[in-house]
Amino acid sequence: MTMHFLLLFSRQGKLRLQKWFTPVPEREKKKIVRDMTTMVLGRKPRSCNFLHWKDLKIVYKKYASLYFCCGLDAEENELLALEVLHRYVELLDKYFGNVCELDIIFNFEKAYFILDEFLLGGEVQETSKQVLSRSIEASDMLQEVSVIPRSR
Amino acid sequence: PVPSLHQGHLELIRTIRTARTQAEEREMIQKECAAIRSSFREEDNTYRCRNVAKLLYMHMLGYPAHFGQLECLKLIASQKFTDKRIGYLGAMLLLDERQDVHLLMTNCIKNDLNHSTQYVQGLALCTLGCMGSSEMCRDLAGEVEKLLKTSNSYLRKKAALCAVHVIRKVPELMEMFLPATKNLLSEKNHGVLHTSVVLLTEMCERSPDMLLHFRKLVPQLVRILKNLIMSGYSPEHDVSGISDPFLQVRILRLLRILGRSDDDSSEAMNDILAQVATNTETSKNVGNAILYETVLTIMDIKSESGLRVLAINILGRFLLNNDKNIRYVALTSLLKTVQTDHNAVQRHRSTIVDCLKDLDVSIKRRAMELSFALVNGNNIRGMMKELLYFLDSCDPEFKADCASGVFLAAEKYAPSKRWHIDTIMRVLTTAGSYVRDDSVPNLIQLITNSVEMHAYTVQRLYKALLDDISQQPLVQVSSWCIGEYGDLLVSGQCEEEEPIQVTEDEVLDVLEGLLVSNLSTPVTRGYSLTAIMKLSTRFSSVNRIKKVVSIYGSSIDVELQQRAVEYNALFKKYDHMRPALLERMPIMEKTASNGPTEIVQTNGETEPSVPDTKHPPLVTQPANQVTARSHDISVFTIDGSFFVTDDVFKNGLKIEFTFERANPNPNIAVITIHATNTTEDDMTEFVFQAAVPKTFQLQLLSPSSNIVPALNHGSVTQVIRVLNPQKQQLRMRVKLTYTHKGSPVQDLAEVNNFPPQSWQ
Repeated sequence: MTMHFLLLFSRQGKLRLQKWFTPVPEREKKKIVRDMTTMVLGRKPRSCNFLHWKDLKIVYKKYASLYFCCGLDAEENELLALEVLHRYVELLDKYFGNVCELDIIFNFEKAYFILDEFLLGGEVQETSKQVLSRSIEASDMLQEVSVIPRSR
Repeated sequence: PVPSLHQGHLELIRTIRTARTQAEEREMIQKECAAIRSSFREEDNTYRCRNVAKLLYMHMLGYPAHFGQLECLKLIASQKFTDKRIGYLGAMLLLDERQDVHLLMTNCIKNDLNHSTQYVQGLALCTLGCMGSSEMCRDLAGEVEKLLKTSNSYLRKKAALCAVHVIRKVPELMEMFLPATKNLLSEKNHGVLHTSVVLLTEMCERSPDMLLHFRKLVPQLVRILKNLIMSGYSPEHDVSGISDPFLQVRILRLLRILGRSDDDSSEAMNDILAQVATNTETSKNVGNAILYETVLTIMDIKSESGLRVLAINILGRFLLNNDKNIRYVALTSLLKTVQTDHNAVQRHRSTIVDCLKDLDVSIKRRAMELSFALVNGNNIRGMMKELLYFLDSCDPEFKADCASGVFLAAEKYAPSKRWHIDTIMRVLTTAGSYVRDDSVPNLIQLITNSVEMHAYTVQRLYKALLDDISQQPLVQVSSWCIGEYGDLLVSGQCEEEEPIQVTEDEVLDVLEGLLVSNLSTPVTRGYSLTAIMKLSTRFSSVNRIKKVVSIYGSSIDVELQQRAVEYNALFKKYDHMRPALLERMPIMEKTASNGPTEIVQTNGETEPSVPDTKHPPLVTQPANQVTARSHDISVFTIDGSFFVTDDVFKNGLKIEFTFERANPNPNIAVITIHATNTTEDDMTEFVFQAAVPKTFQLQLLSPSSNIVPALNHGSVTQVIRVLNPQKQQLRMRVKLTYTHKGSPVQDLAEVNNFPPQSWQ
């Protein structure tokens, strides 16, 4: 699933997370975020979850008050992209326990850490929820100690 | 409350969120940034981490944070894991390869790739794989390659994706990862398997050699996929009863790439594809995601026809799914396959047409495109009914494309002239303001050439004008028609329907009404004025027309004024020319787009698919001698291949045709021409050209040379391959050009009597 970017934004268009998997200038990033929020928030309620923007496929899904929006190459499998978004939501939910937008706002760095264990370079790196959760737990534990122990 | 420097970023976020206006927020942020900047200047290690975290939050709100870039580097270099975590995150958010600063990361990343703790190594791999520039990738590729061979699955899976990134940035480095791929697929760990498949896919897509090398993995991939499907419930990887759908899809995609254009590989995966296609649970999106990928794979590899039909039927079922995402995906896929598997897609036509009524805009658009692709001579009436209904009710954004599509389809497959005109009328009256500008001249040409329908057409268009003069294309076409055929209108000659009773004055009222209406564009006014003028040779009320024309001689509109002045002049000084100038337009020639196979329409019928040999070809004639002749052919069969001679004697040039059937495709005839020259002078710059009727396809290979030597001292040979899927009588138009004795020569010939054995 070659993702170009993943954005999380609220119903009011406030950005809550932005992950870019290709090098994009700062100005261009701002423009893409603007375009995505405008397009997605402008969709009629019962539309399908897919859009076209330039040469990319845009897949988005609303979870509670947050929109999860990603940009994919044109040949990608949109239905699987929905599963990827869903898996990320499940991971957040497991970590925060009944995740809501406020969790993402106040603990944005955790949201990124989880994302970085799930996707790397725009591709899925781990398909087991349990393995992933264990890695995050272990990493969090490492933060507690003052000096990093040897793991071997 | 003033945000404290020593507070964590949580407190800052809470504070900023209390701001009631943008201005208040900006003020808070500016204060905080100033405090953070001074803290950075003081090189305070203790608070660096939380300050960068605060900065990252403010960056997300849209405020500049570039002054934190170097701080991220310092955090990365720290030995505290918390620092590294935030440091790498900050690097990924604030730095990119455009800044020189990012190169400073290289050494840190290199050290961390070799760190004793896997989670630190993981951070480094993740950062490199996400934003590593080409230089960084070059420097660190060796480290990544090492980690790709580790037995630690946590690191191996990340190294694989990092390698993918390195290859994307520096393709030449791909080779160095080849040895490490040796046992990747023997892994049991799904994370490693998944990322390995991604890596293999990337390599195969980039290099044909790699693709050949990895083809041998097909059996192994098939086995892994089979295990995933057949194995029981696996809690770790289960998604709604399906085991690791992410891995399944990636394997299916890799199989697609490996099976493409390779019969053996395609055969080896045939069974597993059929199995996945029939056994995957379709009640949830996840199962359909797998089916979708399976369909894409089946359609792309060299699958047997049964499997292809299965795939298209899956798409057909998708069309009936309640989930609109599934319907959308089905339409998109069917659009891709409609050219190659036309008949199979036709079977789902009625479902596709139903999707025109879908509420979702994206689905409607795809359904419209697909519907047009499915229109043919057999279903034109039914399909056009649906498409015209769609045109009536669809959103404005569709109307232009739909109207164009209707015109195109009508032109290709209209079952009758009357039907064609009626269809055009329908489009003009319901979507008249959305049709493209070039439709007007195209329609005028069509109407001109439909001679027997003139009376009917002008009557219908006149009636349409009485209803509505707001749609400019309609008004323009109508004006033009009334100008041309107004005489038929007033004489009530219509046969197709009840002739209308209308007087010359009433017609002129309508046209003059267009001139004064502010709904009319300048272009439309031009049409009306010209139409009025033309009626001066068709109507008897010439004086009225003279009056109108003279009034517009002083029109503010320059175009209108010019026309009026010229028409006035026509009345006053050139009245003897007026009848000739304004007479009925002749049948218009369609511009020949591909040379001699297009034929002049002399009777308004739509183009025949085989050129009519009674008509002369549309070729530009050079000054020199040109002839068109038909030739008889005598047939010999020698040694099983078809051997035919035909002699084209023209100034001593002789052309022989020989035939054979292509192997293995029996639809292709391979014809070789042999040109010889009996004269005493060489024929130089010799070019042989051929054209065949529309149902054939022709490929001319390179000639052996351009010189036909004198006195039969050699020949020019050239191979022609003709594809004849419909097994029609082969006909060919031949054009020869060459230079002989210093003068250019051109010869045209038609060859109509190819023996049946050559094309059956």
